[in-house]
Amino acid sequence: MIQGRDRLAIARRIAEDIPEGWFVNLGIGMPTAVSDYIPPEREVIFHAENGVIGIGPAPAPEEADPYLVNAGVQPITLLTGAALVHHADSFAIARGGHLDLCVLGAFQVDEAGDLANWAHGLTEPTRQIGGAMDLAVGAQRVWVAMEHCTKAGEPRLLPRCTYPLTARGVVQRVYTDLAVLEVTAAGFAVREMVPGLDFATLQSRTGATLQRG
Amino acid sequence: MIDKFVPSLTEAMAGIADGATVLIAGFGAGIPDTLLRGLLAQGARDLTLVVNAAASEEGPVAELLAAGRVRKVMCSFVRAASTASRLQREGRLEIEMVPQGTLAERIRAGGAGIQAFYTPTAADTVLAEGRETRVIGGKLCLLEHAITADVALVDAWEADRWGNLTHRATARNFNPIMAMAGRLTIVQTRHVVALGTIPPQHVQTAGVFVDRVLHVPEGDAA
Repeated sequence: MIQGRDRLAIARRIAEDIPEGWFVNLGIGMPTAVSDYIPPEREVIFHAENGVIGIGPAPAPEEADPYLVNAGVQPITLLTGAALVHHADSFAIARGGHLDLCVLGAFQVDEAGDLANWAHGLTEPTRQIGGAMDLAVGAQRVWVAMEHCTKAGEPRLLPRCTYPLTARGVVQRVYTDLAVLEVTAAGFAVREMVPGLDFATLQSRTGATLQRG
Repeated sequence: MIDKFVPSLTEAMAGIADGATVLIAGFGAGIPDTLLRGLLAQGARDLTLVVNAAASEEGPVAELLAAGRVRKVMCSFVRAASTASRLQREGRLEIEMVPQGTLAERIRAGGAGIQAFYTPTAADTVLAEGRETRVIGGKLCLLEHAITADVALVDAWEADRWGNLTHRATARNFNPIMAMAGRLTIVQTRHVVALGTIPPQHVQTAGVFVDRVLHVPEGDAA
């Protein structure tokens, strides 16, 4: 039995790869936890779609300010040096190429870097576009944090996404419970596997053909 | 003397016609909840709402929907368990999904007199089907039309009698741009301040974008 990374461990692994000085947007869900694993001595500035530049740690519940929330409407604090802007300016940040990185959750990613993260199908009543389409085309880099397979064991890394796309050809890297993969011209290249996992097993849980190394 | 304050919710909401398009600001914070309840009481029907999310089964937006007062919602986010989703399944509501940044920019453009713009956002998705795209600067882009509206409902932290506003923390969100894009911009404010109290460089929404202001003290939300 292979011990995969849990959701917080995936967030921690992503945090390792974010260098000082980057300006980063974290999507709702698993990506939001990434900021908790940036060591305090490494200055990384986090953006929220609702107009925050410089998100600080979550407040104690009794210190939460209902006027100060992130894009998931969770209470936040501001770092010293933070700035607040209105929604159009906040998305000018996202769409104008000002983010070094956006970390998004996904339902599916394919070997061309296509991203599907807003609906399970066109008749799906839940349609969570939010800011994902803007962030996906606007950020300098898009990394995805996701479970390697669905709860039913279906692969999420595919030759072609079957769900409606958020954006085409934008994902550069995928962090899952099992591996770290890069999207290359030749498809998914495996950069790292969790201890005890072998390439054949990872391939068996992946819809797309994997490249070694 | 210019004085945009109105003494009652009824006067704040007066004159909104059937068929009006209404911008509703707010994103977790900064929601003009009192004005929304005023719109419910005011009675206008066949409305088009422009709002970030229609994700809930409760709250003033869901109440307007449930009361059958809305023809169409333009938003970036819908949940299965929402009044909007239920009404759409029943064929009683049209929902136009708009990416959040495109929504903000369409509203900003509307307030700024820009008729339309091209953006890469959503150009490669089902949202672009049947719509005008072209390659600009090597990128496939989608034509997006500006949004203007008959009415904008806006929340503020402070307001003076010229309608100059501040917004507290992330309660700013869509409020300044929706104020710009409304032909009739109605504001609810927590605090009333004398003209000149807000330093000019700290005004976040200039009074020229504001038509009416209603004082809704904290703890007096509805």
